[in-house]
Amino acid sequence: MKKKRLNRILIYLVLIIFVIIFLLPAYMVVITSFKSPDQIELTRVWDLPSPWYFQSFVDAWKTFAPNLKNSALLVVPATILSAILGSLNGYVLSKWKFKGSNILFQLMLFGMFIPYQSILIPLFQFLDRVGLYGNIPGLVLVHVVYGLPITTLIFRNYYAEVPTEMIEAGKIDGAGFFKIYSRIVFPISLPGFVVVIIWQFTQIWNEFLFAVTLTSGTGNTPITVALQNLAGGRAVQWNLPMAGSIMAALPTLLVYLLLGRYFIRGLLAGSVKG
Amino acid sequence: MNLKKLSLKRDQLTAFLMILPSLILIGLFVYGFIFQTAYSSFTDWSGVASGVEKNFIGLENYKNLFTKLLDVRFRQSLVNTLFFTIFFIAGCLSLGLLFAILLDQSIRFEGVFRLIFLYPMSLSFIVSGTVWRWLLNPKGGINLLPTLVGGEALNIKWLTDRTQIWQFDWLLLPKYFGYILLVVMILLAIRYFRNDRKWSAAVVILIGLATLAWLITGGPDKIQLLQYPEPHGFNLAMIGIVMAAVWQMSGYMMAMYIAGIRGVPDELREAARVDGASEIRIYRDIILPMLRPITLSAMIVLGHISLKIFDLIFVMVGPDNATTDVPGVLMFLTAFRGNQFAKGAAIAMVMLVIVAVVIIPYLVNTLRTEHEL
Repeated sequence: MKKKRLNRILIYLVLIIFVIIFLLPAYMVVITSFKSPDQIELTRVWDLPSPWYFQSFVDAWKTFAPNLKNSALLVVPATILSAILGSLNGYVLSKWKFKGSNILFQLMLFGMFIPYQSILIPLFQFLDRVGLYGNIPGLVLVHVVYGLPITTLIFRNYYAEVPTEMIEAGKIDGAGFFKIYSRIVFPISLPGFVVVIIWQFTQIWNEFLFAVTLTSGTGNTPITVALQNLAGGRAVQWNLPMAGSIMAALPTLLVYLLLGRYFIRGLLAGSVKG
Repeated sequence: MNLKKLSLKRDQLTAFLMILPSLILIGLFVYGFIFQTAYSSFTDWSGVASGVEKNFIGLENYKNLFTKLLDVRFRQSLVNTLFFTIFFIAGCLSLGLLFAILLDQSIRFEGVFRLIFLYPMSLSFIVSGTVWRWLLNPKGGINLLPTLVGGEALNIKWLTDRTQIWQFDWLLLPKYFGYILLVVMILLAIRYFRNDRKWSAAVVILIGLATLAWLITGGPDKIQLLQYPEPHGFNLAMIGIVMAAVWQMSGYMMAMYIAGIRGVPDELREAARVDGASEIRIYRDIILPMLRPITLSAMIVLGHISLKIFDLIFVMVGPDNATTDVPGVLMFLTAFRGNQFAKGAAIAMVMLVIVAVVIIPYLVNTLRTEHEL
């Protein structure tokens, strides 16, 4: 019995050590963002700020507000469109299968694994040609298109659980494609929508490669690019990027804290196929 | 009845029409663009200004990347990716498994622990990269942690370290490739024999023998990749990036393993306990083998993330740190900062091929198992 007690203490000890390791970066961000520039000395980086300094957030807000707005203008329409298209595709690919639909689905899925570098140059040229380079609608289009595989996958797997009899019953009652969708499938789709919306919201908010390639040097850069520009400079006043990091992280962090269950479901959906 | 059949047919057509736009978009934005990139990689295209000529030069760009003196940076970036991938996957798998097993011990506040181990997943690589860059400052951050408990400050250079260990010669690559192929073929042959798949085993043995003959007759020496020996190895500066990446992604593995462990029926564990098996043996003999498929698919997901990693490194070290280069960063710099689009396209195609080698068998396999169900 004594040995068992010891084991449990050991387990908690290991867990707590890792909790400290995992929270250290967060601690560092918070304390640095509340220090005045002259308080940020390398030798005292781990000390709490004294006095607490709030100006960094005011300054960071001034710097990043336009970019946060850009990110919001990007993420809301892109997420909604992704979810709608994903739902329709998932409905077709699970309940209205046709010859070759499985292969097409597989070809679609491949699109979510490709390194985006392999499409980046033609994408950049294409957007430039159709007048969507450097603006937010272009970025929305890009995120909707490259989000299709994962959103379709999540909805297809979600609808696979819906009993086919329900659909068949609808067909017998004379309901068509859209009626079955709006009367039977859509009303029970809420959890699927939550998972997809959270997933796309997080992905698009956090994305960097498309944003930096397609909007750099314009006034339409999302927050990730702006943060990288500030933090990547040579002489950095670290309180500012840290305050900016908090602003960039808060939306997705809040979603995670409030809706963690659905967040994890999206996470698992990205890897467990079938 | 006929009318119903007709309307069903019409519905099926509607269904197809509804998915058609998505298929066209994927066809253009994924496959069309890949094709275009592939084509560009066979040209000498540099610059987007109108009037820039685009001449077909065959495999020249690829040849340069792998053998031209000037492109040593690309070769080191491949080596960096290899080491990064190994340590990143190993780190995420082991930490994830450790967390999952520890949290399986009916821990109090289990949910809180889970929340803390997983929160980095919700952050952008840009945010975590910014933070880790600050943490890995050679004169501050992590190096000062020991002083908090009365110890000496560490003197690790982290991202600015220029040391390279485990060096090997790029010239010997064909030989190493031969050895690896030989070992893989032997292992496969053993596996096929065990599963009584004689024909597969025979094919594999034939390939193995051919490789052996090629090695013995000095085949690898005939492939002259470079004029001079060129050492490559593991750049210690990558360690900091691995740490940041593992910090961010190990929670994902934990979530996967927790889901997997939940899937093990309680009766199975109870039965083992009744038989007098220790907790450790239950994990080793019952639960771990059942987690194997999860480990495999997680390795593929993590592997393809690490093969195309870009943002984390870009923000942690800035664009011009050659010691921590990976193909993703190099492609971006080559094409969009250096205007060498053809070369950038070639790097992108190499990345795509590497990822495809990992992903396609996986996708095909999941499709097949789905049909069996």
